[in-house]
Amino acid sequence: MDVEFGYASTPILQGVHLELAKSEVLSIVGPNGAGKSTLIRCINRILNPQKGSILLDGSDIIHLTRMELARQLGYIPQSDHQSFPATVFDVVLMGRRPHIGWRSGQNDKEKVLDVLQMLNIENLAMRDINEISGGQQQKVLIARALAQEPDVLLLDEPTSNLDIRHQLEVMDAIRTLIAEKNISAIMAIHDLNLGSRYSDRMVMLNKGVIAAAGSPFSVLTQDNIKRVYGVEAMVKDEDGFPYVVPKSPIKNNGGAISF
Amino acid sequence: MIDEKADAAVKRREVLTEYESFIGRKVFFISSFILLTIILCGISISLGPLKFTVLEVYATILDRFFPNFFDVPELAPIVVWNIRLTRVIMGVLAGIGLAVAGAEMQGILRNPLASPFTLGVSAGAGLGAALAIIAGVGVGSGGLLLVGNAFIFSLIPSFVIIGLTRFKRATPETMILAGIAMTYIFSAVSSLLHYFSDAEALKDVVVWLMGDLGKATWSDLYTVTVVLIICIPLLMWKSWDLNVMGSGDEAAKSLGINVEQTRIVVMMITSLMTAVIICYTGMIGFIGLVAPHITRICIGGDNRFVIPAAGLFGAAFLVAADIIAREAMAPVIIPVGIVTSCVGGPMFLYLITRKKKEYW
Repeated sequence: MDVEFGYASTPILQGVHLELAKSEVLSIVGPNGAGKSTLIRCINRILNPQKGSILLDGSDIIHLTRMELARQLGYIPQSDHQSFPATVFDVVLMGRRPHIGWRSGQNDKEKVLDVLQMLNIENLAMRDINEISGGQQQKVLIARALAQEPDVLLLDEPTSNLDIRHQLEVMDAIRTLIAEKNISAIMAIHDLNLGSRYSDRMVMLNKGVIAAAGSPFSVLTQDNIKRVYGVEAMVKDEDGFPYVVPKSPIKNNGGAISF
Repeated sequence: MIDEKADAAVKRREVLTEYESFIGRKVFFISSFILLTIILCGISISLGPLKFTVLEVYATILDRFFPNFFDVPELAPIVVWNIRLTRVIMGVLAGIGLAVAGAEMQGILRNPLASPFTLGVSAGAGLGAALAIIAGVGVGSGGLLLVGNAFIFSLIPSFVIIGLTRFKRATPETMILAGIAMTYIFSAVSSLLHYFSDAEALKDVVVWLMGDLGKATWSDLYTVTVVLIICIPLLMWKSWDLNVMGSGDEAAKSLGINVEQTRIVVMMITSLMTAVIICYTGMIGFIGLVAPHITRICIGGDNRFVIPAAGLFGAAFLVAADIIAREAMAPVIIPVGIVTSCVGGPMFLYLITRKKKEYW
């Protein structure tokens, strides 16, 4: 894909070019306002790119209807707030919407049970979504996206509201599912270390432009972090993954940090 | 391993039965509302200067379809069919329409305070009708003038609110504030009309504004029935999309819903329903706000069930209010709109003070 996007006159993304292979996890990292979430939303056509195209198996998503797109891309937002009471079962059942009309059949209920069991949350089925914890909610949203039976999962900061245990649980669940179902994922993530541990490739965005892309080791270098985040950091090798230890912000670094 | 599998299968069946009994509860609720509405209709028809028993009322009604089968008291056919039945049927239809409109508006705007009244849709329809009655100007002619005018004016607040959500990222609060602002504008213009109108037309408008089921004729009922028969199935068909929109616009889009289009279509359909009902009954408040809330407290938020259940609750509520309106100061009949607001207001206050959950 090849994307440009801007709100009104301010360009947010410029000449972003990405490719995603089957059963690959791609992380998008970058400082606040770099365009991570915007990119995810463009891919999903929640926002429409002004220029460029996004190809899914060779066909441009512009030509797909929302329903067709929803059968291929599952989107997992940062958090969920239902305006009205809804049970977890019903929320996951919403994921079946792209596949059927206005009625759900037995088959759809079975599919919902499948994903609930896969994520080990079937005991939450009849609970109200707004009354369970953030980590549990995140799993329900993953379940809803899986009920869509998509080829690609899009995740927008899946761990930002979670404690460390839930972060690991959620990320483990995502990785297992991707391997089991042979699908791919694109994930916007703040936590560099979590991103590096759970993804095959990383893309570092800076002000809407790709600053670095490739394996976690080639992206998370001291240089890149200094240049993009304006932070002096140390990168260690921890169990075969790069581990970033931030040290101190650099003063007057190209507007990335201003005091 | 085998144990684990068996365990999983058992758990699966448990969840499924639990879910099915949850659905069963909702169906039970809806059925009992149907029953309640039928009983209330019977009671309502039986009351008046000429008293019948409830069973005599049902016998009189069924007698039309199965002649010589029942004992029908003298005069009952005339009183029931020509006078009281139209009133009760209008109550049922208006109750269904206003409650469904409220439930739908709350759903598409994700706002528990939305209703034909709080969004200014009713006030718009009221102004349109006032223009037709007093000045005789507007869209359409004859009987259509009133309906046409009310509909066109009821669309104005709908589109202002849709525009706000679309271009300004309006929060639920701004939508309601916009609705209130428009209500003020419309009632100011209405007042202006009242001020300059002659005594005869003024009384017509003021009485009309109070909301009354008594002026319905059989041909009015046909019009309202046709509109509801077209609109409600359309809204039911969209009810799952409405559920999905409850998770927010972004999530709904990612699940394949054309959010903007759904919002506009539903807003137009509900405005039409509201306008048509208000034309024949005048302003009847609070049903569109209270009925969906009470329904959600009883059966949860799944719109596939909330919409029919809220409609039936609205019907039962309005018929009951009409009984009070006719009996409280008999033989004087109070306009039912006054009763719904007097009963609905405190009821709503009670609901918001006792609510435990963060939503309503």
